[in-house]
Amino acid sequence: MTIAKVMLVDDEKPFVDTMVKRLNKREVDIVPAYNGQEALEKLAQDGTIEVIILDIKMPVMDGMEALEKIKSKHPLVEVIMLTGHGTVETGIEGMKKGAFDYLMKPCNADELVEKVQEAAAKKRQHEEKIMEARVKAITLRKP
Amino acid sequence: MESPETIQQRYYRTFFRNIIFTILVASITPMVIVSIFILDNFRTSYRQKVNEHLELVAWHHKKNINIFLKEKLANIRMLAYTFGFDSFNNPYFIKQKLSELQQSYDRVFVDLGLINHEGIQVSYAGPHALTNADYSKADWFKKAINATYFTSDVFYGLRAEPHFIISVRQSHNGRPWILRATIDFRSFNDLVENLRIGRTGFAFILNKAGEFQTKPSAETEDPKAILKLMALDKLGQSPTVITQKNQKGNQIIYASVHLKQGDWMMILQQDQKDAYAELHNTQRIAIIIMLVGTIGIVGTSLLLSRGLLKRISQSDREKSQADEEREMMSQQVIETGKLASIGELAAGIAHEINNPVAIMVEEAGWIEDLLEEENPPLAQSDNLDEIHRALRQIHTQGKRCKDITHKLLSFARKTDSRINEVSINDALDEVVYLSEQRAKYSNIKINKHFQNNLPNIQASETELQQVLLNLVNNALDAMEKSGGEINVRSKRKEDLLVITLEDSGPGIAQANIGRVFDPFFTTKPVGKGTGLGLSICYGIINKMGGRIDVQSEVDKGTIFTISLPVNQSKGAQTQPLKQQVNDSVKTDDPADGRR
Repeated sequence: MTIAKVMLVDDEKPFVDTMVKRLNKREVDIVPAYNGQEALEKLAQDGTIEVIILDIKMPVMDGMEALEKIKSKHPLVEVIMLTGHGTVETGIEGMKKGAFDYLMKPCNADELVEKVQEAAAKKRQHEEKIMEARVKAITLRKP
Repeated sequence: MESPETIQQRYYRTFFRNIIFTILVASITPMVIVSIFILDNFRTSYRQKVNEHLELVAWHHKKNINIFLKEKLANIRMLAYTFGFDSFNNPYFIKQKLSELQQSYDRVFVDLGLINHEGIQVSYAGPHALTNADYSKADWFKKAINATYFTSDVFYGLRAEPHFIISVRQSHNGRPWILRATIDFRSFNDLVENLRIGRTGFAFILNKAGEFQTKPSAETEDPKAILKLMALDKLGQSPTVITQKNQKGNQIIYASVHLKQGDWMMILQQDQKDAYAELHNTQRIAIIIMLVGTIGIVGTSLLLSRGLLKRISQSDREKSQADEEREMMSQQVIETGKLASIGELAAGIAHEINNPVAIMVEEAGWIEDLLEEENPPLAQSDNLDEIHRALRQIHTQGKRCKDITHKLLSFARKTDSRINEVSINDALDEVVYLSEQRAKYSNIKINKHFQNNLPNIQASETELQQVLLNLVNNALDAMEKSGGEINVRSKRKEDLLVITLEDSGPGIAQANIGRVFDPFFTTKPVGKGTGLGLSICYGIINKMGGRIDVQSEVDKGTIFTISLPVNQSKGAQTQPLKQQVNDSVKTDDPADGRR
């Protein structure tokens, strides 16, 4: 049983590889991606991904652009911004665009897992509510 | 070699003199020319007017005297023509006729006499006993017997008092006889004597011999000299006016007119001073006005020139100040440019370093994760503690790198630079509140001295707090061991809001005071300071259009003064005020703890 299914998006391969191992060890099912474009493609293929950890500065497609596209296509998927810029401003900007939270590099693995748990819980809560609404809609449907 | 100030002073003095001279010449010259022209014209017109007036008076009186004489002659002529020799030879008749004349003309007619061809007054009516008086040898008789009508000069005659005679010649039995009347001298004299012109003007009559025919005045000059003077002019019917100096040296105006077909001359004389009194009065007033005007012009030109000179010297001073400030500003621009380049470089480096550091920290974390799973052989190793310590150190140093890179990035890009209305006192309050706990542990007292009712300024609150917190933290760092006091003050000084942070710390050495705002300069122990705090503060305050100054004295403390303009419009990035680093460091003790 894993805590959540997570995709980690960062162009720094050694960082992604190590984080994958560390998060796996903390029972997080983690999928790596190395830029925004790749993240969008993988997300389109795998509908079980609940949380995305997204670096901001990346080649091909940067984190902010990827965030906008993810949120427009998969609004229920929660995104945690990972910023190497070390400014609160970029984190806040991400949150305005729909990110769940932000963390600054380098970050503590346990802290990251905590955020992932919170994000996944929020997503599930959302899904449950949507489900409830659908059920209500079906049951109240006129014959 | 003269100093520039002396040269400038001399220049100003010359300039001042030139202005005064120009204003005086430009103002007074036209005034004097116009005044002289007007006065000259006025004087000529006035003299003309005075002369004309005298001529008119002379002419008018000539007419009166002629009328008087003609009227008296007409009376006698009418008597002589109407009544014959025999009638007048009757003493009662002649007395009756004299009485009638006296009734009609008061006492103008003194007496009446009938004189035969031998010059014997055969009949007489009058106050004197002149019946049978012999006039055969009298000059007047000789003239009168040869003329139909005759008016004599004034003479004393037998009665020994001045009088003159009017006579009419008639004939009786082929022999001429004369009816003559004596005219009262006073009545005639009154005609002339009553004539007064101004204060000094009077009239008199002379005969051809230069003898007075009216009572002479005390001021009358030698009549013959006057006659000579007037005779110089060709005698005519119209009056003649001449101005001549008298024996006393006064200028006298004489107006003459002829009477009795040129036998007599009536002369009006008036002192020129008196005649021209009004002219002189006007001239005096004009001169006073001119003098007052000149004084006014001189005073005004002095005031104007002084004012002008003051403005010019002030403008010169401002210009030289502006030049200095421009010089300072260009240095500032270079400094700012330098800081900006360093900022960009730092941001680039920070970002590039941050990723490898993140990987290193994660790798260390992964090692820790792995160590937890290791089998007993490694877990029981003597080196396990040392491995954990090394990993913790990697974490600690990684965090330090993170702090540095974050500050570098903050140096390059400000966190929240939105401009809002900011209350200085509120910002200071919050900073003091945030620092109080730490200050308490270090035995430091923070005192607030805020001026009430300070106006809000347009600034980024976050940035302002960042600056204030940086300065307070620096002061706390400097006094961490020794303890002490921090006095935070706010006040308004003209158009500036002034914040001062004064600590009682070890102070900054003179050698370092000029460098405190340079990036990467720090005197804190290695690992404690990045050397960017005050650079960031300097950049932020500059951007706000303010300035930050530092004063310090070793072993006494340091004062940071921030001055911010009050009337800063929203979002205005005004030109930064001149940075002044005023140090008063007395020794070279490097024991400061800035940055």
